[in-house]
Formats: sequence, structure tokens, C-alpha cells
Amino acid sequence: MSAFFANLRRLDRRWIFLTVGLLVVVPLLTGFHIAPVLPSARARGFYDAIEKVPPGSTVLLAGDYDPGTIAENYPMHLAVSRHLMRRNIKIIAVELYPGGPPLADQVLHIAGAEYKKREGYDYVNLGYKSGNEAVMSAMGSAGIPRTFPADRSGTPVGQIPVMKGIENFGQIAMIVSVSAGYPGTKEWVQQVVSRYHVPMVAGVTAVSAPEYYPYLQAGQLQGLLGGMAGAAEYEVLVKAPGLATRGMDAQSLAHIFIALMIILGNLAALPQRTPGAKK
Amino acid sequence: MKKFAAWILVLVLGASSTTAFGFPLKAVDTPNDKGNNVTLSWPAQPHPPEQWAVLRVEAGKTYAAIDTIGGELTGYTDETAKNGVPYQYRLAGLGAGGAGVFSEDSQPAVPEPSWFDTGKLNVFIVITLFLALVLYYIGQAQRGKQWSFRPIAGLAAIEEAIGRSTEMGKGVLYVPGVQDIDDIQTIASMIILGNVARMTAKYETPLMVPANSPAVYTVADEVVKGAYADVGRADAYRSDMVRYITSEQFAYVAAVNGMMLRERPAANLLLGAFFAESLLLAETGHETGAIQIAGTANVHQLPFFVVACDYTLIGEEYYAASAYLSKDAKLLGSLKASDTIKILLVLTIVAGCVLLTLGNHTLAEFFATQ
Amino acid sequence: MKREIPLLISMAAGIFVLIGFFVPHPAIRDIYDDIQGWVIIVVAFTYVLGMANLLRINTEQIQRRAKDWPYKLALVLSLIATMIVGFFFSRGSHYLDDGTGFSWIYLTFYSSMSSTMFSLLAFFIASAAFRAFRVRSVEALLLAVAALILMIGRVPIGNAIHPAIPQIADWLMEIPQNAAKRGILMGAALGVIATGFRVILGIERTYGEGGGT
Repeated sequence: MSAFFANLRRLDRRWIFLTVGLLVVVPLLTGFHIAPVLPSARARGFYDAIEKVPPGSTVLLAGDYDPGTIAENYPMHLAVSRHLMRRNIKIIAVELYPGGPPLADQVLHIAGAEYKKREGYDYVNLGYKSGNEAVMSAMGSAGIPRTFPADRSGTPVGQIPVMKGIENFGQIAMIVSVSAGYPGTKEWVQQVVSRYHVPMVAGVTAVSAPEYYPYLQAGQLQGLLGGMAGAAEYEVLVKAPGLATRGMDAQSLAHIFIALMIILGNLAALPQRTPGAKK
Repeated sequence: MKKFAAWILVLVLGASSTTAFGFPLKAVDTPNDKGNNVTLSWPAQPHPPEQWAVLRVEAGKTYAAIDTIGGELTGYTDETAKNGVPYQYRLAGLGAGGAGVFSEDSQPAVPEPSWFDTGKLNVFIVITLFLALVLYYIGQAQRGKQWSFRPIAGLAAIEEAIGRSTEMGKGVLYVPGVQDIDDIQTIASMIILGNVARMTAKYETPLMVPANSPAVYTVADEVVKGAYADVGRADAYRSDMVRYITSEQFAYVAAVNGMMLRERPAANLLLGAFFAESLLLAETGHETGAIQIAGTANVHQLPFFVVACDYTLIGEEYYAASAYLSKDAKLLGSLKASDTIKILLVLTIVAGCVLLTLGNHTLAEFFATQ
Repeated sequence: MKREIPLLISMAAGIFVLIGFFVPHPAIRDIYDDIQGWVIIVVAFTYVLGMANLLRINTEQIQRRAKDWPYKLALVLSLIATMIVGFFFSRGSHYLDDGTGFSWIYLTFYSSMSSTMFSLLAFFIASAAFRAFRVRSVEALLLAVAALILMIGRVPIGNAIHPAIPQIADWLMEIPQNAAKRGILMGAALGVIATGFRVILGIERTYGEGGGT
């Protein structure tokens, strides 16, 4: 037994890396399925909030992430685009990350093709603007057309049918924030929700999701998706299982392995421990 | 068609000097704004029309429709008014159930910009109290008053880590976070960097400061140069101590990890705003055998630092670092003010909880921000 | 004067921005909005300094064949190539549009490498969990138990093992975690205010006047 613990203490971390890699890749490649995804109350809040938006309204879809967090944010971005288009809700997309616009274009075109929505009439991507919170603030004070005078392809917003009548947040029924960090959900809440009282839901990375629980409890957010798990729950609710749902099996195995590593790590340290020893 | 109906209504109302009226309509200057806004409110109607036409008139002119809104609404803000001009308003029903339905004429409302946002009164009071306490305790500090503060292991370890690096003949890596200079955490990091640079100058320890933004690079470079000059070691300062890497998050992490693996610093100081890269930095640093002291106010990264680093400064400990390291009396005075206001806030929270439990919402509503 | 002028500028700007937060009147708010715009412009100019520093340090290391100098050469060449493609072959201000050279470089190289770096977290979390997560006290034991419940409860297999696991995980996140986090956030917020006051009042001078006391 002591030999086992000794070997465990000397374990090269590359074996840990290899095991994690296999546990993630094998379910993705083989479709190995462990357990069904059960939507949480937070995901239900997100779904219900969008269900309450009247058809024909306009929603601001802020895709504030870049390819670095594509695994977590892209599935929720695509799922919410599908949900909005299915409900005939118009979408004005903006991005505050320079790497965001191509991803937003992709989700809007995919969802638009599925639900036969036309760019310019049912949705528009206004693209990226630098300035972080200053952009959000300007959208409210100077107005959305003045902050984004043209869409991503250079068409003046005055010539875009879906932008007709849109001046500022007064004409926006809801903000949907898909965010990787800064600038993102917190800044939208601070700059827009607290000033203009626009309803808002958010999809964020798993590591930052707990940061937004106070906003959820205070009512500043109506729903919250956390990481790929949240995206998978939402995909189940909108009945469009996709990348996130497939990834949950890999994530389940990885989580179990990490839990095992915590236990094994402590067992490995056990025979060496002397009373009162501290780091 | 609806727009046509609204215009017909406007002409009819404009032509008639007196019109049969319905429910009351209240119009007031929108409070706490920069002007040009008038807020309308009215009681909910038992059978609201499909839509309301919002009509507005200035003295000497006729009513004109300025907007059409949903019939279910009971409030509206006119954002196109001019400051100093009195306006009156009227609502007229449109569409199904709207024929002949309209409100009384409102009282004249004059939009004006506000000089103080009363919605932020609670914040103003706390800030003013805080500032008063800061000035009071600084005054006390200048008169020689001293306080004792609990030791923070991470801060005491900074000098120890620099000493260790000197003994081993290796350098100190100082990572100021991944946010730009406008973030208060980065400013706090620059302040701590000044103290750290004075120590490395004294001990002649190599210092490396990779900056993630050009503004941070500029400030950090000045801070380090000034710190070396401060202790009379301007000759030891080298311009490549501080270098700009990149503003892209993961490219920055890759570069800093590369520096850790190549240069093998004996001490890593990760002090600033961090996001997903925190564990990447901490684990790589651990692999090189460096002593690691981290500090951030981003609570979601704290667990990674707590697990992977030797010492972690949590939230306000990080902001208190400059006072602890410099031991400057005025800075310690501001720290005392922080502690005092915290005690007051805790008492307020307790009082608020008790009052809420007893059914009194006054204190809770006063501190609500929306 | 070298010390006083920066202090006066930061004091004036800080007090003005603080007042601007409470005063919506255009006499103050318009200047407040302008100052925010000036910040963006000033920061934009610092990119010139940053670029110069980057090129200088790396070219020096290439010239003296410092350790791993080929990587520095790759950096400099990539930087120059990306700038040339971005300025001259990417439709000007539409450089991020689909189909431009810059967009191709960004998606092919940077996005892939950025996602790869982010994905390293999964491996590092596992190795950190094994190496560093030691139960040496009652608090550490509580932390470990909470971590185990959350790891299992946040994935579908947790519900498959027992429906109570995700419920306990949610409770842990919503109640104790939120309470602790709010305490840390409040303390940090007070630290932010204190630091801001120290800078505005000119007590904290280190960053402003280059380390002087």
C-alpha cells in the first residue's frame, strides 16, 4: 500500500493530462451517452423570460465573446438566436469583442436559414465597437443609430428595415447578453439595466456564473445560463440539442475524474502527514 | 391607417376648444435627468384601447401627435421636449376600443435639467461619510496617532520572496493583471509595483514586468524607473525590465508562461485583475518551483489562486497592500477609515435585516439602487 | 512642478468625474462624457509606445542571439506580416469582415491558438486538484466536500446518481457561496473607494510620480 502511495506522490502530471484528454475526446467521437440533461431553474428563467417577449418586438443580442470561449458561449448564442427567431422576435446584434462579429454572423445566418428570416428585415448585425462601457452608455444617451451608424457590412442603419423606429433602449424589449467576461453582462447591468430598466437575461462562462447570482436574486437578470452545462439545459428547453448537449457527457466524465483526483491527491499525501504540519 | 386616424383626431381636437374629457393625466418634469424629458402617468383603464396617441401642445400652438404607444401602458416619457418650455399633454385612444376615449389635458410641465440625481442620494451619503472619515483619520495620523492592523501573511511574504530570489540569484516576475490602466485593480497593482521595485532595487534583484496594454506598460515603466531613482539605484534600472507583450488575453498568458519557463524567476507576484488565465499562470509558476503570491479582487479567480499559490490576497487585502508595504501614516489612516465604514455598514445591514423581519422596508428601500 | 502637475491633473479629473456621477445637468455631464472620450484617445496613442517597446526589445534579443531568439524572430515577422495584411489587404476599416486577409489570419491562427490556451485549463485544473488541494484543516475539509458535491452536481450524472445532489449544489451556490461572495465584494468595493480617494487626494503618489514618496 505504501508503495502505491509513493508512486502516487511521484505521478507525472502528464498521465493526468492524458487521462483528461481521453475522457473528453472519446465521448465526443463515439457519442457515448451517460445521463440526460435536466434544465435548472436559472435556465428555465432564461427560457421563460424570452417566451414572455411579444412576437414582433426587438431584442438586443450582445455577443460579447471571442473564439477563446467558443465552447461555452457559442452554443448558447446559437440556441438563443434560434429561440428568438422561432418566436418571430427581431434581433439587433452587437459585439464588444473584436473577435465577436464573425461568430455573431455565423449564428444569425444559421438560425436565419432554419427559420427563413431575412437579414436586414428580421435581424441585423451592427458589428463591433471599441469603448467597452462607453459604448453601452452611448447607446442609451446618444442613441443606438448614432453609436452604430452602419451595420457590419457598411449599410447605413437608416436604410435597414429592422432598425426603423429604434432610437435607444426605449424600443428594446430585452437585452440578451452572451458574455465571456469584460466587457459583458456586469457592465450591461450597471450601464443599461440599472438606468433604463430594460429586462435582461445572460449566458456566461461557467467560471464567472456565480458572480451574477446576486444580480439574478435582485431581479436585475431574469435568467442565467452558466457555461456549457447551462447552454445544454437551454438547448433541451428550446428542443434544439446541439454542441453543448453533446459536450455534457465528456464534461460529466471530466468532472468525475477531477473529483477523483482531489481524493487521490489527499490519499497520496496521507502517509506523509505529521500532526500539526502546515504549509 | 392608424397614423391617418391619429391625424384626423389631431385635427378634430385642434379645431375644438373644449372637448369631453375622461381620466386624469399627470405630466411632470422627469426627475434626475439632463433635461428634455417629461414623464406622463395615468391610471390603468378598465377597458384600454389597442393603442394610445400621445398628443402634445405648447403655448400658442395646436396639439400634435408625437408618438403612438401600446394601450396596456400607464406611463410614457417624452424625450423630445425642450428645456424651459411648458408643455401640456393629452392621450387619445386608437384602434379597437379607442374611439372617443381620451384623457384630460395634463397640467403644464416644464422640463429642466437636474443638478443632483436624488436617486443616488444613498451613494452620496455613504461616499461623503467615507471621505469625511478618510480626512479625519489622515488628520489623526498626521498628529502621530498609530493603530494596529492584523498581519497579512501574503504581504509579509513579498519582501521574503524578493529576498529569496536574491539569495538564489534569480529574478522576480511581477504580473500586473490583464486589465487596462483604467481598472482600479491595475492602478492598485501599479502602486504595489512601486513598493516592490524599491525592494528589488535595494537588493539588486532582477525584475520583470510584462504589461498587457501599452498604457499599463507606460505607467509601469515610469513607476519602476522612479522607484529605482528613489532608493538611489537609478543606475540599476534597465529599460527592458518592463515590456509590453500584447493586449490579447491568451496570447499574453502564453508569453508570460514562456517567460516563467525560460527565465525561471524565484518569485512570481500575480497582483491585479485576472480572469480565466489565473490557473494557467499559477500552475506554470508552480512547475518552475517559484514562490507565488497572488492578489485580486475578481472573486471568481480566487479559488484557483488559493489552491495553486503559496499566498493569496483576497479582495480588500489586495487594496490595502500599498498601505501595509509603505507603512505610510496617511495610507494607514485611510485603511482605518475603510475599517470604520465597514463596521458601520455591517451595523446597517444588521439593522436592515431586523427591520425587514419586522415588516419595515424603509432602510432597505433607502439603500436600493433601482 | 514635475510632481505637482500630475497630482493636480489627477485630482481635478478625479473630482470632476466623481461629481459627474451625481450631477445629470448637461453643464457637468457633457464635460464628463467628453473626458471619457479623451481617455480613449490618450490610450490609443500609447499603442505607439507599446509597439516601439515590443519591437525594440525583441529585435535586440534577435541581434544578440539571446535564448530562444527564433521565437522572437517569429514574433516580429508575424507582427509585421499581420500589420501589412491588415492595413493594405483587408479593405481598410472593414478589416474584420469575412473574407479579408486579416480575418483569415485571425480565425486561422489566433482563434485556434486562443482556444487551445483556454482548453489547457481543463488539464491544469485536474493537475492542480491532485497536487494542491490538500485537506489540512476543518475549513479545507468543508471546501473539499463542497467542491466534490458541486463537481458532480453541476453535470447530468449528478442527477442520475441522486436528484438531491444537484439540489444541494444549487443551494451551496445560492446561499453560502453568495453570502461569502457578497462579503468579499463589499470589502473589495470599500477598498476600491479608499484607493480612489487616495489617488484623488494625492496621498497615493506612487503610480503618478514614478515611485516618489
